[in-house]
Amino acid sequence: MDFFNAIALITNFILLPGLTYGSQLALGALGVTLIYAVLRFSNFAHGEIMSFGAMVCILFTWLGQSYGVSFGFLPTALLFVPVAMIFTILYCMLIEKFVFSYYRKKKSNPIIFLIASIGVMFFTAGLIRFIIGPSDQSFNDGVRFIFTVREFKTLTGLNEGFGLKTSQAITILTTIILCSLLFFFLNSTRTGKSMRAFSDNEDLALLSGIDPNKVVLLTWIIAGGLATFAGVLYGLDKIYKPFIFLQMLLPIFSAAIVGGVGNPLGAFIGGYIIALSELFVTFAYKKVLGYLLPENLEPTTMMQFLSTDYKFAVSFIILVIVLIIKPTGIFSGKTI
Amino acid sequence: MTNIHRRAFIFFSFFIAIIFIGFFQSWNVALGIFNLCIISAIMALGVNIQLGYAGIFNAGVMGFAALGGLAAVIISYPPVPETIELGGSGVFLSLVILFVGTATVTFIYKSSLSSSIKKLTVPLTILMLLILFNLVGSPAIERIEAFEPAASGFLGGFGLPIILSWFVGGILAGIVAFLIGKLTLGLRSDYLAIATLGIAEVIIYFLKNEDWLTRGVKNVNGLPRPVPYEVDLQGNAWFIEFCDKYNFPLVETSSIVVKISYCLLFSGILITIFILSEIALKSPWGRMMRAIRDNEISARAMGKNVKARHLEIFIIGSAIVGLAGAMLTTLEGQFTPTTYQPLRFTFTVWVMVIIGGTGNNYGSLIGGFLVWFLWVEAEPLGLYLVELFTSPLSDTNPLRIQLITNAAHMRYIMMGLLLLLVLRFAPKGIFPEGR
Repeated sequence: MDFFNAIALITNFILLPGLTYGSQLALGALGVTLIYAVLRFSNFAHGEIMSFGAMVCILFTWLGQSYGVSFGFLPTALLFVPVAMIFTILYCMLIEKFVFSYYRKKKSNPIIFLIASIGVMFFTAGLIRFIIGPSDQSFNDGVRFIFTVREFKTLTGLNEGFGLKTSQAITILTTIILCSLLFFFLNSTRTGKSMRAFSDNEDLALLSGIDPNKVVLLTWIIAGGLATFAGVLYGLDKIYKPFIFLQMLLPIFSAAIVGGVGNPLGAFIGGYIIALSELFVTFAYKKVLGYLLPENLEPTTMMQFLSTDYKFAVSFIILVIVLIIKPTGIFSGKTI
Repeated sequence: MTNIHRRAFIFFSFFIAIIFIGFFQSWNVALGIFNLCIISAIMALGVNIQLGYAGIFNAGVMGFAALGGLAAVIISYPPVPETIELGGSGVFLSLVILFVGTATVTFIYKSSLSSSIKKLTVPLTILMLLILFNLVGSPAIERIEAFEPAASGFLGGFGLPIILSWFVGGILAGIVAFLIGKLTLGLRSDYLAIATLGIAEVIIYFLKNEDWLTRGVKNVNGLPRPVPYEVDLQGNAWFIEFCDKYNFPLVETSSIVVKISYCLLFSGILITIFILSEIALKSPWGRMMRAIRDNEISARAMGKNVKARHLEIFIIGSAIVGLAGAMLTTLEGQFTPTTYQPLRFTFTVWVMVIIGGTGNNYGSLIGGFLVWFLWVEAEPLGLYLVELFTSPLSDTNPLRIQLITNAAHMRYIMMGLLLLLVLRFAPKGIFPEGR
């Protein structure tokens, strides 16, 4: 019984939040990695693009709510994600047209792209704060829990339990669906294959008649769409804060690099690696060990490796270790 | 127009703008902006040494500036005897453990033991070190933080003159830069940017959470000043007489005098650093740096130790940023870890360097001046523009109210546009790097 109590605790405080956060990171990291694979630069504006998508979704949700639109027990915001995606993708295309296409034609150094992406980041951050303001927005109006900790406890008779938040279930499910679609697209369709070919060897791809503009456009569409989902899901799960997305840039990049930059599967796995290790390292194991160990060995301290405040340090430390030991990442990146 | 005329003209226009502010807003505001312009210019010079001389992308500027601020607190704040009695020895002991432990680990790592033994002993030593460190440090820290948390709850500092902290801030930032550089400088340029971005976040989290050292988010207020206080000036008989004689308003004049004294101090530092970096740029050392930047492989073939040079320049640049950070905290008179935001510190300084012209010290100078000027003046300008465009709407129109409350964020939009436009149409900046 004690063993199951420990499992329930870990599920509630590490596994479920970790998988949720990991899904959000994975969606963000997939965008970063695709842009790196096809356009060959690190897009520092990606966090703000996520934020932009979430913002558009929130604005439409408010509009919808004022007309009495609701989505039953699910959050209304989900209804408006497609609209937000369209806006975000349009915004990404505008960025590509007015900023990056010029440097792409000039075949500029990746560093110039990076600086340009910082300009885009500044601009987008300003635009978002200008439109929606710098304060937090809570827009999750659905039912909060699919089942709560208490319901779980009464059902199973355990001392500890775990609850499943609606937002967690939505996040994990959506991520699985989106990623399966993406991997199917990349591996099995003609257009997806042309994208992979382009990222593998640009010159050869051009010789075989692949239209680079089409590939680049497609990359922005996928990256923008995924970014919208990542932003909205993060906002539903926690809260929408305009400034948090710059801080999320670090775990997202870590996820992409840990998995191998430019490798979508790596970015997907990397997201979960970063999220789960953040939670594993900052979780206080006192209660869990209390169940697992014999009574006289029960720990007196919190049994926490690192204070929760340092969770961003974890992704950084993982990043540095990977960069030093295996710079290409777990799945040897660079190409799709 | 020759190069020198062009430079003189641009600097002249900037000073005209400051004087304009002085006449139309107030001299207090103008001097306040100018003081921060000087600090920004010093930061920009530091980043220019890294980005311009050697092409190193340091996205951790914020962290080094915050370390300078920490130095200002540690050097200048008077010690808190009670907390030192409660936990001083414990903290000192744990620091000793940290140093001895690091030395042991390094010794084992560098020794001639076989790698399998090393693989076993190094993690074990680190683990033991962490446990010992926690056992000694945690209770002491708990005692310190429990002491009057609303008013104190930290160790305080050494109570030395705050000017000293500017140099200590530089040294502290330099030491941290050495450690970080050892770890990350081998990385490719955009990886380095990401890694340093992360390090800066970690430094800020450290400063926010280690209450025993910095009071964390409770901030440290009332740092001593290197210049007289307004209140003292207003009570000074000579000063009162001086104001009477020329018919100056007493209160305003006193605050202007304080700002001018800061301005003189800061200008002294700025001019020194500027001259030193110009000398360094023109010296054989500077030429070597640019050679490494422009073609690393051939520089290596010529027998230059690229890694050591990069580390050198990373330390120097970060130290200058740390110095500027300490100056900033001195000027504000308080240390608030929450104000350190990457957009405000790291990326704005980048914008300064790139707009001014990477690799050109005059460029960093004018970039620092202009960008900070715009950063401050963007708010009134944004408000003006919003009011102009929404004037047909009524005062209670929600859109108008929304736009007016958010007008301050125009500055981010402006920075972004400025950076993108300069990068596109004048990629070498206002003052291109000379050959």
